[in-house]
Amino acid sequence: MSHGDVQQTLSYPIPSEAALEPPAEWARLRQECPVAKVKLPSGDEAKLVTRYEDVKQVLADPRFTRQLTADDAARLTDSESGGVFNSEMSKIIPDHGEGHLRWRRLVGKWFTAKRMAALRPQMAAIAEQLIDEMVERGHPADLKASLGFPLPVYVICDMLGVPADDRDRFSRWSDMLLNLTRYTSEESTAAQMDFFTYMSGHVAAKRAEPGDDLLSELIKQSAVEGEGLSDMELLATGIGLLVAGHETTANMIGKMVSMLLADRTRWEALLADPSLVRTTVEESLRFDANAGFGLPRYLPEEAEIGGTVLPRGTTVICSMAAANRDEGAFDNAGEMDLRRSPNPHLAFGSGAHSCLGQSLARTELQVVLEVLLRRLPTLELAVPVEDLKRVEGLIVGGLAEVPVRW
Amino acid sequence: MKVTVDEDKCCGAGQCVLLAPDVFDQREDDGIVVLLDAAPPEELHAAVREAAAVCPAAAIDVDENA
Repeated sequence: MSHGDVQQTLSYPIPSEAALEPPAEWARLRQECPVAKVKLPSGDEAKLVTRYEDVKQVLADPRFTRQLTADDAARLTDSESGGVFNSEMSKIIPDHGEGHLRWRRLVGKWFTAKRMAALRPQMAAIAEQLIDEMVERGHPADLKASLGFPLPVYVICDMLGVPADDRDRFSRWSDMLLNLTRYTSEESTAAQMDFFTYMSGHVAAKRAEPGDDLLSELIKQSAVEGEGLSDMELLATGIGLLVAGHETTANMIGKMVSMLLADRTRWEALLADPSLVRTTVEESLRFDANAGFGLPRYLPEEAEIGGTVLPRGTTVICSMAAANRDEGAFDNAGEMDLRRSPNPHLAFGSGAHSCLGQSLARTELQVVLEVLLRRLPTLELAVPVEDLKRVEGLIVGGLAEVPVRW
Repeated sequence: MKVTVDEDKCCGAGQCVLLAPDVFDQREDDGIVVLLDAAPPEELHAAVREAAAVCPAAAIDVDENA
């Protein structure tokens, strides 16, 4: 590669020709240009990191902060708020040190593996019900709209004590808040305002009349310890959990099922041995080449990644999906191996900020897959895999539709 | 095999509990790791190694020679 090529600025996100396949650039970047200059939708420049070790280091290194609201941080989009990562809301929850630790531990107790395991029957019942409704409507059906999208909203709304009637509004808000390019700045700001108003009312209602949900528990704890979360922190927590817990898992359900049906021997292997569900979910998370934007970080001081010195003020984008295909970290990284173990993929990030809701996501994905295998063993894609299309413009990657029959 | 955990590093992801519930648990009040068995029996070694390998905070240390 010539020096000129290195200097060439890639547009980011990098488009991919096939919905389930990684862009060809990933392998080249990992090999030749592991810290690459990229241009974001806003026009601002950032550095893209694609190697496993580098991504892992950046995500775990406290010098790479989440202060994307800094004056010289790259804006992701050209909308005024700069999207969900640059928003004012993102500053309310402490992002480092003691404050972050306190928030993380207060909220984290709600997401322990045991609590999530206890939610299994409830999740399975929701999945059964959604599948019943899909079967009733007949095939071909869109698995994303019928099952993938509603299930995580139902689960997270239950956790937050949001009434069932409001689930669909949440779904729409979550979609708009995460959108980078599909909606106009006015639409996105209006959605943020509506969501904010709703959540303010919801937090106030929970303060007045606590229920058996996460927000009520956090409020109760504030009263007891005198050091709980402020109203703004509660609000930001509620919004953050909805945004983080909905679209990510919703899309992952559709992508996981598509990957398994794209080569039906995978589906058949699972039918023959359902004990593969756990490792299959992990491998689907690793293999997902359409994972979305990645995680941005901001450097308030100079730091080095894999031998490249980055000046203060640099914005770094971590592509966990590219890192998950790194041959240096995973044998046969380009193969989907349903038995891969251990599978230390970075789909949930790494270090102190790794996904708070990962046990929730894992449990939802495992339950959905178990119920689908049991209820619809003859499931198959209703279109050729080449016809699957990506959703454009979201921070979270997904498929526009997942047409299936059975 | 001797297992140690670092509570300060732990981010409460819960992977270890899902993989080896007889060896790891999470505290009720904050989700931080609790080591139930520092010297697990041989049939659990594979699960413990996997838990250490996938811990997002690298908070689990396994000494194979102990």
